[in-house]
Order: sequence, then structure tokens, then C-alpha cells
Amino acid sequence: MDRRWLPALAALAVLPWVVPSSYVVHLLVQVLLWSFIYTGWSLMGRFGLVSFGHGAFMGIGAYAVVLLWNFHGLSPWLSIPIGVALAVAVAVLIGYPCFRFGIAGHYFALVTLALTEVVRSVIVALRDTTGGSLGITPNSVLKDGVTWSVQALQFADKRVFFYIALAAWAFGIWVWHRIDKSMMRYAMEAIGSDEQAAASVGVNVTRTKLAITMISAALTALGGALFGQYQQYVNPETVAGIGVSLQIVFAVIAGGMFVRFGPTVGAVFTLLLTEGLRVGIGNKVNALDSTIYGLMLVLFIIYMPTGILGKLAEKLRRARA
Amino acid sequence: MLELSRVSAGYGSFQALFDVSLEVRAGEAVAVIGPNGAGKTTLLRAISKLIEVSAGEIRMEGRSLGDVPAHRIIDLGLSQVPEHRRLFPRLTVEENLRMGAYTAAARPKFAQRLEMVYALFPRMKERRHQMAGTMSGGEQQMCAIGRALMSGPKLLLLDEPSAGLAPVIVQSIFDLVRKIREEGYTVMIVEQNVRQVLKVVDRAYLLEVGRIKLAGSAAELLASAEIQKAYVGL
Amino acid sequence: MQIFDIFLLEAVLNGILFGGVLALLALGLNLIFGVIDVVWICYAELMMLGMYCVFFLHKVHGLPLVAAFGAAVVLVAFLGVLLHVLVIRPVLNSEPINQLLVTGGVLTFLQAAATLAFGIDFRNLGVSMPSLAVGEISLPWSRISAALTALVAMTALYVFLKKTYLGTAIRAISQDRAIMPLMGVSPSRIYLLTSAIGGALAGLGACLLVLQYDVHPAIGLTFGPLTFMVCVLGGLGNMLGGFIAAFIFAQLIAVGGFYFHLEWGYVMAFGFFIIMMFARPQGILGAK
Repeated sequence: MDRRWLPALAALAVLPWVVPSSYVVHLLVQVLLWSFIYTGWSLMGRFGLVSFGHGAFMGIGAYAVVLLWNFHGLSPWLSIPIGVALAVAVAVLIGYPCFRFGIAGHYFALVTLALTEVVRSVIVALRDTTGGSLGITPNSVLKDGVTWSVQALQFADKRVFFYIALAAWAFGIWVWHRIDKSMMRYAMEAIGSDEQAAASVGVNVTRTKLAITMISAALTALGGALFGQYQQYVNPETVAGIGVSLQIVFAVIAGGMFVRFGPTVGAVFTLLLTEGLRVGIGNKVNALDSTIYGLMLVLFIIYMPTGILGKLAEKLRRARA
Repeated sequence: MLELSRVSAGYGSFQALFDVSLEVRAGEAVAVIGPNGAGKTTLLRAISKLIEVSAGEIRMEGRSLGDVPAHRIIDLGLSQVPEHRRLFPRLTVEENLRMGAYTAAARPKFAQRLEMVYALFPRMKERRHQMAGTMSGGEQQMCAIGRALMSGPKLLLLDEPSAGLAPVIVQSIFDLVRKIREEGYTVMIVEQNVRQVLKVVDRAYLLEVGRIKLAGSAAELLASAEIQKAYVGL
Repeated sequence: MQIFDIFLLEAVLNGILFGGVLALLALGLNLIFGVIDVVWICYAELMMLGMYCVFFLHKVHGLPLVAAFGAAVVLVAFLGVLLHVLVIRPVLNSEPINQLLVTGGVLTFLQAAATLAFGIDFRNLGVSMPSLAVGEISLPWSRISAALTALVAMTALYVFLKKTYLGTAIRAISQDRAIMPLMGVSPSRIYLLTSAIGGALAGLGACLLVLQYDVHPAIGLTFGPLTFMVCVLGGLGNMLGGFIAAFIFAQLIAVGGFYFHLEWGYVMAFGFFIIMMFARPQGILGAK
């Protein structure tokens, strides 16, 4: 990435030391982790591959890490790669036939929706191992005065996790940037506008789509695993299933899926909305924020389909011209 | 009956018709001929309000079509057989004909007109329960014309009825057009098959690159050097 | 061994009864897709509102059950029209994926709004119907009557589509949208009518399900994904395919749930869906 970004990253890095409370640090970690996941989704979404299956990838990443830790004592350092590999394998298993047989648009969205539900149902059905719909907590090593463990990836101080999340987010932005500069972007854009025309000029449609799907699934699974580690709790409804998939889509549309920092803006926007409502109104907030999300998703698609940042970018471009 | 004065139309920023003026009188058969891409189909689409005109006016029996919605055009007695027939392939022949009689005014006369169409095209009666998409091109053209007649039109608009049909069938399609004329319908027909169509119409207009280039009786046009050279060939 | 088989038979019969209701739901969604070319992701949430309507009118306000049913059908039909006018119509010419996502937004909205309005409690209509006992098999009448009603409704819709001008136009519009005005048909009016019929079917589905299941804001998530998958499996817009797929799905869930556990029934059904998408992406009845 460009050297100009280093000062910005450095400024972000001192944030946890200047903000007033650990609550704000908590919010920052949330924003970064979700931004990372949303960015992962947008790698596909921006090229017209709209997936409702990212709840599945996130769930696989999150559960693999917790289950391997609890039942086999495997360190997240080893289980995260396993979870990511598993998610990528599932992405190939679903993606390859989809792309090979030209399943796109509505159909692709619905197939991936089925995938999400399969993963969620399996998690619930294996309740003896996974805790079912009650969720599961990774065995904690933070007791008897132990405040951190690198091996268990558990830290009492949220600031440690802030740096992990920041690194993940910067990595996500870097991946986006690399794809933006690569041949893959042109290939995907060609595919997005006319698949047959793209194939006729020598783009390997199946392979290109599969590659972007694998990258996207890997980032999402990593995000899911980190999210589970940070929360020290996973639940099929919050890391898998159609609800998460829709949450991802909403945030990305709100922020703008076609610009690099759009998903990040989406994460900031949705978190501010949720937290603002929680502080402002209180207990019934769980449904109120979703009500507003849903309503805004509808309004965004009708009136601002390129999202907040996308719209701003358009305005800037027009003002300059 | 139908009058176009200085009509311009197009798709988005692309203009396909420039200042087209023409007229179809009651009882006449009029052809609009011209090469591919001259704007012939656009002309019929504009008359049926499938696209909006950008300038000029279209009148049917003195009534301006400007504020008539597309699905009300048929109530004024204008019925179109679209290019490539456009039957509903997975409806039966009879169901296609029923769609032709969809308007409130046409429904009570459905049975009577169905008999009329079957009398005109006995083949359609044989095939009435067959899916329209499974018929041959010539049969589909009969069905498409029959469908347009089901609304009891004053003016029948035919868009390239011979397009995409085998030469043997083309002849029979023009025979059909002649038959329809004998039934007393006013017909406006758009065609590339200049030599054939000029044999069945009274008058014709030559449309080139969106503008009327020539107008006159069928005999005059057939005799004109321009038509002879460019369209009738040899 | 003897007992085992009888319970299996009971599961199969229950699967058939569930298939009837699923087929009805799929029919509504298929109709809308076939005509308007839009998938209502929030279809089951409309149904959820219908279930609440029956619950409140009957249980809370003491209206006769039949009147509550009628009101629910009318209400959801109206909601269908509202959905079309407010949400679908503005995006009718935008990218297909936006049309899909916009109804996803409606899903989130309706589910959350129901939580706000009614809370997360499971509510039972409290209408208990006896069971039909044949030998050792017992089938609840609520399921039998639901399946029968679904069958009657589907037959009525079939006759409507086959025999009337409007019905023919509804079938025709999915085959050639652009020339409908030449027939004197206003597509936007057909869209409204279809949205109303699709809504009414969801409303009827609500009446049949509220007899068997408790109402809660997330019940749409139980039936929604199932309904889309039935539709896609049958070939989106293909009503006969949807009908057959509904019974296959219901059997997988019922028998899979019988041998293992209810969730495994769902896992099997969804897994079957994914495999079938690769084997026959055009739907079980679609032509290659």
C-alpha cells in the first residue's frame, strides 16, 4: 500500500490510549472487525456476486476455533488457519459448481442462502458439541491472576485486541487494493457486465469467480474467528444464519460496496446507529435498531444504491469536474 | 384514418425517426418499405405507443394519441402484429387468440370473432389446443394475425410479416394479407420484401435512415428508378 | 419392528400434509416471480403478520375464527399491494440484485417491527382440534384441514389462471412482457393484481399455519428459506415444479426428522437443494 497511509495507520494505532474509556475501545474493535468482514464480502459483492452465504463462512471460522480449543486444546494460532481452510473448502464446494453451471444473480443468492441455513442448522443440530442455539464459550485461561495468553489468544485488556483487529482491517483494505490493481479486477468487471463476452475474449470465468470467492470466504472466516475470540462467545444466530448475512449486506450497501472504504463506513454507520439508539432509548433497542436498519436498507437501495461513501465520491467527482 | 405529422422518435439519445409524415385512409392498404435499420419498426412502435414520440403528432380518426396510454391504443381500433410475431409460446393457439380479445369491448364478441378467425385460417382451428411456440413459422404468423384481428380493429398494423420465413411460406403470407384486405380491413404494412409487398398495397412510402424519401402509389414506386435499382434488384 | 413402521408411516403422512401447505406458500411466491420477475424474500414475514392478525382478532378480540381468517387474507393481500407500490415499483428497472436485496430489507424491517410491537413471546391461538386416529396412526385435524384447504386454494387458482382473461394475461406476461400493451393489457395493473393474489395466498398460508404453530416474530425465518428453496428447486416461476418440490422437501424434513432429529431433517432438505441446484439448475421440471 501507498506510504501516505502510514501516518493514518499510526494515528489509528494511538487511538486506544487517548479515548476516554474501554467502552470506546470496545466500539473501535467492533468497527474494525466488522469492517474487515464487510470488506471481505464486498470483494464479491462489488462485482455483482451477491452472496447470502457469508454467515456460513463466518460461522465456520468462529466455531472451528472455539470447538478445537475446547475439545482438543488446539491454540487459535493453529485452529484459525484450519477454520479458514475449511471455509475456503466449502466456498469451493459451493462456488465451483455454481460458476461452472452459470448459476448467477437470484439463483446464486438463493444457493448461498441455503448454504447459510445448512451451516446454521448443523450447528444447532449438533447441540451436544456446539451448545446448540444457546451458543458456546471458549474455555477461559484468564483466571487466577492470568490476564493474558498469547497461545490461547485471550487478553483481558481490550487494547491488545484492538491491534489485532486493526491489523486484520488493514490487511482487508490491502487485499482490496491489490485486487483493484490486478488483472483479476478487469476480468471480474468484464464478467460482471457480460459473462459470455468476457469468456469470448479469453477470461476464464469459472476460475476468476472462484478465486475471488475463495479470497472473500477466507477473509470472512478469519473475521468470524477473531470476532468469536474477541467476544469469547459464539452463537449460531450472531455468527451464522440468514440474519448475519442480511446484516452484512445492509451495512455494505449503506456504506457503499464499490469503494474501498465503503464497507468500513458502513460498519461505522451501523454501529453508531445501534449504539446511539442503545444509549438514547435503552432496553428495547434490539428490535428498534433492526427496524431502522430494514427501513434504511429499503430506502438506500431505492434512493442511494451506491451507498454513503459512494454517493460522496460521486459528488466530489462532479464538484471537481 | 391514421395521420402522422412530423413525427420524431428514438431510444434515449439515439434518434431513429426524423419528421415523418404519412397518412392511411380508410379502406386502404399502405406499405412502408425500406432497408434494415431504416426505422420501420420504430415507426410502428411509436404508433402503438410502445415508445414515446419526441416531436410531432399522431392522430387516429382525428384523435391525438399524445395522452392515450399504451394499453388504451387498441381501444381506438389500432391493432398491431409485432415483428417476429411474438406469440405467447407456452399458451395454446386459442389462448393466444383470447389475449387478442382482452379488452372490455372485445370480450363479449370473443366467440363470434373466434369463429371468424377460424373461418379465415382453418389451420388455426385444427391447432387450437396446441402450444403456439410449437407451430411452424407460417402457422405462427397466421395465429399472430388472427390474434390482432380478435380486437376487431379498424386498422391492422403488420410489422415485417414475411421476416424469417422460408420463401415458399412468404408467398402464402402475402396471399393472407390480400385475403385480409378483401375482408375489408384497412392495413398498414411494414416490409423489406419490396417487390412482393408492392403487389398487395395501394400506396407506399419509402423510409430511409429515419426519413420519408419517396411516396406514391404502389405502381409509381415500383416503376421508380430508385426503387428498381436499390430494392427490386437485378 | 411393527411399531417402528407405523411411526414411519405417520411421519410420511405428516410430510404429505406439510407438503400441501408448503406447496401453497411456494405457489404464491412463484406466481409473483413468474409475473413480476421479483423474489419477495420477505414473503414469510407477510405471512407472519397474517398469523398475528388471526391471533389478535380471534384470541384477543374474540372474533369468530372464520372472520379472523378472512380478515388476515384481506390484510396480507393489501400488504402485498403496498409492498409492490412502495418498494418493488421504484426498483422495477434497477438491477435484479437490488430487487432481491430490497425485499431483504423489508424482511428485517417486518421482523424487527413485529418484535417491537408484539414482543418475542410465542403466542398460541389456543384452538385445539382433535386428531384423526386410524389404527395406531393419529393425524391432527389441524394438519389435515390445512392440507385440504391448500389443495382447494391451489385448484381454484389453477382454474382462475386457465379459464379467465385475467388469468391468461397473468400467464402470458411472463412469456412476453414487452408486447402486453398491444393486447390492451396494462402490465402495472397486472402486477398489482398479482401482488394482491400472492399476498392473499400468504394470508391463507398464515391461517393454516397458525392452527399448528405458535406465532412469534422470527417464525418467518422458519418458513421463508424453505419456501424459496422449494420455488428454486421447482424452477422459479414454474408452478407445477414448485408443487412437486414442496412434497419432496416436506418428505425429507419429515422422514429425516423422524430418523434423526428435526434439524437434521432441515439439513438434509437444504443439502438436497444444493445438490439439486448443480444437478438440475433449471429446476426439477425445467428443460435443459
